[in-house]
Parts: sequence; C-alpha cells; structure tokens
Amino acid sequence: MGTFLQLVVDGLSTGSIYAALALAIVLVNQATGLINFAQGGMAVLSAYIAYVLVQWGLPLLLAILITILLSFVFGAVVERTLVRRFERGDPDTAVVATIGILTLVTGICAWLWGYNNHQFPSLFPLSSFNFLGAVISWRSLGTFLVIVAIMVVLQLLFMKTKLGLALRAVATNPESSAFSGLPVGRLLMVGWGLAASLGAVAGTLVAPQLTLTPGMLDTALIYALAAVILGGLTSPVGAVVGAWLIGILENLAAVYVSFIGYDLKVAVPFILILVILIFRPQGLLGRKVVARV
Amino acid sequence: MALLELVDVTAAYGPVQVLDGISLEVPEGGAVGILGANGAGKTTTLRAISGTVRAGGTITFDGRSIRGIGPERVAALGIAHVPEGRGTLTQLSVRENLLVGAYLRKDRKAIPSDIDYCLELFPQLKNRIASSAAALSGGEQQMLAVARAFMAKPRLLLLDEASLGLAPGTARTVYQAIGRLRQESGIAMLIVEQNANLAFSLVDTATVLETGRNALTGTSAELKGMDEIRRAYLGG
Repeated sequence: MGTFLQLVVDGLSTGSIYAALALAIVLVNQATGLINFAQGGMAVLSAYIAYVLVQWGLPLLLAILITILLSFVFGAVVERTLVRRFERGDPDTAVVATIGILTLVTGICAWLWGYNNHQFPSLFPLSSFNFLGAVISWRSLGTFLVIVAIMVVLQLLFMKTKLGLALRAVATNPESSAFSGLPVGRLLMVGWGLAASLGAVAGTLVAPQLTLTPGMLDTALIYALAAVILGGLTSPVGAVVGAWLIGILENLAAVYVSFIGYDLKVAVPFILILVILIFRPQGLLGRKVVARV
Repeated sequence: MALLELVDVTAAYGPVQVLDGISLEVPEGGAVGILGANGAGKTTTLRAISGTVRAGGTITFDGRSIRGIGPERVAALGIAHVPEGRGTLTQLSVRENLLVGAYLRKDRKAIPSDIDYCLELFPQLKNRIASSAAALSGGEQQMLAVARAFMAKPRLLLLDEASLGLAPGTARTVYQAIGRLRQESGIAMLIVEQNANLAFSLVDTATVLETGRNALTGTSAELKGMDEIRRAYLGG
C-alpha cells in the first residue's frame, strides 16, 4: 500500500508539470483555435528571464511576477508580429509557424545562455513530509496546488466571464465575431499574452525540478499534448486530469506491469492517446466539435 | 436624410471587378431589397458596407463615412451583418451566441429580457438554448444568426440570403419572424435574397443588380412580376 501511494503521489507530482504546460495549450486553443507548439519554448524563455532577474538580486517571487508580466507582453508581440500573418490562412500553416517559433526561441535561449544546466531556485522548501506512509515533498505539493488554482481560474475565465466568452467566440469564427463588434485582433493578442503568462508560471514552477536548459520542456511538451488529447482540448479541468492520469499511470505501469518497466514507461501516454483517439476523440472531458456539412 | 447611403461604390477581388458603381439608400426604419443573379454583386455590396471587403466610392451611415473603418467599428456604429452561411459560432451554445451578439451593449440589465424576446420570436430555439450551436438544423442556425444580430440592438440589419439551403416552409417561417421583428423593433433592413417572393414579402423598395451595377430600382409593387426581374435572375 505504501509503495502504491508513493507511486500515485510521485505520478501526481510529475503529472503537475505536464499539466502546467497542458493548461497553456488549452488556453491558446480556446482563445485562438490553434495548437501552439511554441508554448514549451516560450515557457523556457520565461524561466530564463526569471533566472536572470534572480541573478540580478531580485527576490524570487518578485522575479516570477515580473516575468509573468514580461511574458504577457512577449506573447502578445509574437501574436501581433508573427502569428497574425498566418491567422487568415490555413490553420495548419499557422501550426507549422508555431513549430518554427519553438525552434527560434529555443535557439535564442541556447545562444544567450548556452546548453549547460542552470540551477533554478525553488519557491517551495525542498524538505518533505510523511503522509500515510508516502513521502511528499513540499515542492510537489506546492506545484500541485498552484496548478489546481490556475485550472479553477481558467475554467471560471472561460465559462463565466465576458472576456472568456469573447475569446472563445473569436477562436471559433473571427470574421463572424467582428460582426458583433468584438475587437478580434486585440482579443487574439490577449489570448496569446495570457498563454505566455501561464507558460511563465509553468516554466518557473518546473525549472527547479528539471534544471534550466533550452530543451527543458521538450519532453514535457509531448506529455502535455498527450494530456490535452486525453482530457479534451476544450477543457482546462480535462487537461489537468489527463496530465495527472498520465503521470500516475506511467509510474504504476513501470512498477506493476513487468514487461513495461522503467524502460518502456514512456510508451504509456502514447498507448493511451491511441485508445482515446479511437474510442473518444473529443477527450475524456472535452466537448465534441460537431460540424454540419 | 437616408440612414445608409451608397454612392458609386466599387469593389474588386484581386483583378476581378465585382462592384462597378452601386448606389442605394436605406431610410431610417425602412426595408430595402437587393436582388439579382449569382455573381451580380449582392453579397459583396453587404460586405463593402460592413467593412469586410475593400471598397471605393462613398458609404455613409447616419451622415458619416464608414468606408474603410473595419467591421468591428461598423458594428459598433449600429450595423449588424448576418452573413451568407449564417456565421454561427458553432462551438458556443445558443445562449452564448446571443450573449456574443450583445457584446458591445452597455445596458446589461436589459439583455435577459431581449433573450426572452428572441426565444419568443423563434420558439424553436427555446429547447436548444443550452445546446451547442453546431447541433442546430440549418433553419435553427439561421434563426440564431438573426437573433444574435438583433441582440446587438442595431439600427440597421444586413441580411444575406436568409433562405439559402432552407426548405420552403422553414424559409417562410424565418421571413415571417423577420417581418415581425421589423414591425416591433423598427430596425432598418437591407436584404439580399435570391427568392424574389420572399424578398417582396418584406421590403418596401428594391434594387436589381446586374454584373455589379444597378439595373433597376423601384418599389416592391412596381418591381413585382416585371420581366427585368426574371431576366436578371435567369441571366437572359
């Protein structure tokens, strides 16, 4: 029982890392209708900015808050200057453009700060406590709680606020939204800005655990995409639950399914994606996108 | 003075000239039809007004030029465009579509009663209020599109082919409701319609377009049954 609980707790801990990125992907998708592959890269850049601010002697929390603001501006600028050129065209083109941005941003990080690992300070204490026989680190608990809080805020933003409604309307049909007077361009910028801010939270939250490198979130991005497919592209709650499930199942499979073990556990999320795409393509908690032809 | 006035409006898609000098007027509270065959420039005329296509000439609304100011600002001035193909926000619920329609309104307290009014005007939407707009039938989507435009409380409604793809009975129902909306709200309307009979059930005057020009303009009574109408439609 102790082992099982420990595996679940560790799974939730790594799952929360995937969840942070998955939330940012859902946010951009809900606000612009795109899948943004650059999300991971932008989150890493944010983490580097926070790192530099801490090097300058700023307290960590202040550095993170400033980074969140700067990232909002950066996300909005990326949308305005780069992504907007592709928004009127084929969505697939825009998605490819985000892959280009990912490569560019990762390259810039490597150029400025090199490929060596940097230690990033943690907001939460590194000690742990015992709970029903499982060892839980304060850092994992802190990450977990921050993710839950963001998830709730996003869900409320999208479902209960006028801004959320406007963001979703523009993502669904920008031209038609303009007919109702929605400031389409500004809303798309806000959507990207919010997603970049969220990326900054994700990046600074996981950097202590993963140590800061330009490719820090490459793997996490793949898991985050898996989580989003699993939980549903339209649902913040679904994305987080999906990320936790992946984290937990991956750990359990490694220990309890002998032929998977630690070597093959990376395959678990992909098997899950396959099963989900076959049986429930809208994801566990997502809404089905119906289109009449 | 007319609420909306177009003088010598031109528009082109790349090298293809679509509007070659269109003129028309919509009086305050009036209903004007734009008739014509496919490719005559009816939809483009509406798009020129709402700012979704670059246009030349003069377009004035309530005495001020609105040419080139962009769809969002045109909407803010009180022009609601119900586009061809309805422009339904498919991933939003019916209620959310209506709320998006009311996005610019300052009188938030009046919005629930206006939603109720829409549901009374289009009772079919009542049971679907919480369902995704994508799940609606073509007729229901058209009703939703009109209702959403009404939620903006516009002074002018641009209505593009509201009967397109609908069964004749459904198209009549939609037009009857639009007629009632016109009577009760006094919103001026500029209506593009292929089906001349449906158009004449609603409009006071109409202009017939032929390859981007006004071929003929007159009152409904004058135009009804004229040979030119038939010719314009059949392209003969």
